[in-house]
Amino acid sequence: MMLLIGSLTIGLILSLLALGVYISFKVFSFADITTEGSLTLGAAVAAVLIVRGVNPLAATMAGGLAGMAAGCITGLLHTRCGVHALLSGILVMTALYSVNLRVMGRSNIPLMSVKTLPQQAGELGDALFGAGGPVPLWGWTVEREALAGLAGALLVAVLVALLLYLFFKTNLGSAMRATGDNAQMMRAQGIHTGNMLVLGLAISNGLVALAGALLAQFQGFADVQMGIGMLVWGLASVIIGQALVGPSRFGLAIVGAVMGAVLFRLLVAIALRWGLNPNDLKLMTALFVLAALVLPTMLRSLRQRKAVRHA
Amino acid sequence: MLNIKDISKTFNPGTPDEVQAIKHVSLAVPDGAFVVVIGTNGSGKSTLQQLIAGACVPDSGRIELAGEDITRWGEHRRAALIGRVFQNPFSGTAPTLSIIENMALAARRGQRRGLGWLLSGAVRRRLRDRVAELGMGLEDRLDNAIGSLSGGQRQALTLLMAVLQRPSLLLLDEHTAALDPKASDQVIRLTRDIVAREKLTTVMVTHSMHQAAHLGDRLIMMVNGEIRQDLADERKRRVNVEDLLALFEQVRRADRLDASAAELLRSRYV
Repeated sequence: MMLLIGSLTIGLILSLLALGVYISFKVFSFADITTEGSLTLGAAVAAVLIVRGVNPLAATMAGGLAGMAAGCITGLLHTRCGVHALLSGILVMTALYSVNLRVMGRSNIPLMSVKTLPQQAGELGDALFGAGGPVPLWGWTVEREALAGLAGALLVAVLVALLLYLFFKTNLGSAMRATGDNAQMMRAQGIHTGNMLVLGLAISNGLVALAGALLAQFQGFADVQMGIGMLVWGLASVIIGQALVGPSRFGLAIVGAVMGAVLFRLLVAIALRWGLNPNDLKLMTALFVLAALVLPTMLRSLRQRKAVRHA
Repeated sequence: MLNIKDISKTFNPGTPDEVQAIKHVSLAVPDGAFVVVIGTNGSGKSTLQQLIAGACVPDSGRIELAGEDITRWGEHRRAALIGRVFQNPFSGTAPTLSIIENMALAARRGQRRGLGWLLSGAVRRRLRDRVAELGMGLEDRLDNAIGSLSGGQRQALTLLMAVLQRPSLLLLDEHTAALDPKASDQVIRLTRDIVAREKLTTVMVTHSMHQAAHLGDRLIMMVNGEIRQDLADERKRRVNVEDLLALFEQVRRADRLDASAAELLRSRYV
């Protein structure tokens, strides 16, 4: 049960990552590897500030803002300097590795002995429902703090998903979706499509960094390596989400991304429980995403060949 | 009023691929005029269109529209003044957005877009009425993705979107070339109606001699980056498809003559 709650909590936090990847990859069809650097950047900024005694909420927000700045730089490199889309992400990701080490001052910052958001959530829970020992839940006993953390993560995920949904219904957000859909059209409608991409990548990387800041607090440390493989992780979540809700409009797709992130985290936890070597995890994730990208086309062409044979 | 003053455009200057697409073209289109542009492939009619729309910048010359010098304005900035319909029916609409969302985006063409809702009840009702005017039954499918519509339906909607906010110039770039004859007729009828009703200043590039003969009040024929013919008023009204075909034949013969003369000179002197 604790494993389940832990997985759900991390899954919900990583749903912010999935939403960020949804914006860059699904809305703009921009494979933005800045994601890997900005996740760590968010964690690094938040961890350093928390250790210095800054309020954890403010520190988390600061981490998110740092991620937005990173996304801006990638977008500007691509739109203003004409750097290839993939390469601009790679450049910023690589640069961020040094930046993250500079920010952290070393490669790992433990957060066990300082007050972080999950602990604050626990205290808030105690204040609301009274302090006490572990609580029984469907026959299991569960730590209060874990439950409070889960509730907090759920709240954050729902809030962010809702805000994103509402944003996509505004004039600006709709223009952003349409720009990803058809940039030529939106130029003819008076949109500076380059600036729209910069804004989109800023929001995307802001969400990713927010995920990083929260992840560091929930796992109890920030590490300079923690962003590696996270773009593919986000893609896997988005793809699972799409499989869950089908090819739908953005509202359900957002719900799908959140659900996909949670489900993927659960699948990974189960696979690890069944004895998957953690070292093989990234290989498996990559293979999964590859299969999800390639299989539909292969199946379609197979079906067509069959149809031709039957005809 | 659109005023083009002595613009030139050369692509790939200084390379073997150098193309002088537009050579010192001047053209004044008064308010309410409907100019049809024809020309052979590579005559510069598409480049002229792009220069007006701001998709590329002229090497020299000026472009003025509605009293503003827009020569250096980017494509998105000119959108405040220009409504456009493209040759490709997929270019003018965002496929995964719904009909009503596409319409609402176009209703704010060239305006700032903030955090207000795209769709309000009032906007919906107003746009629904406009879509109903098309008489295509699309007003009952406003929430369908626009990508599910046919090319003709999408082109009709794109045309409507271009004029939702009255443009200082309506720019039509062979907007029926990719449609089947029936859809093409429908879109042309709609074009004629909308331009006449709203008294729009219009520049329309076309491949169709039939459209060129029957639409607009002024006809321009481009050859090799220059305006070769400019028929207005009475002369435009009298022109028919045969006359236009004869004009093109004349141009082709002159070109062939040029080519053979060049060949002659080369064999003699090189």
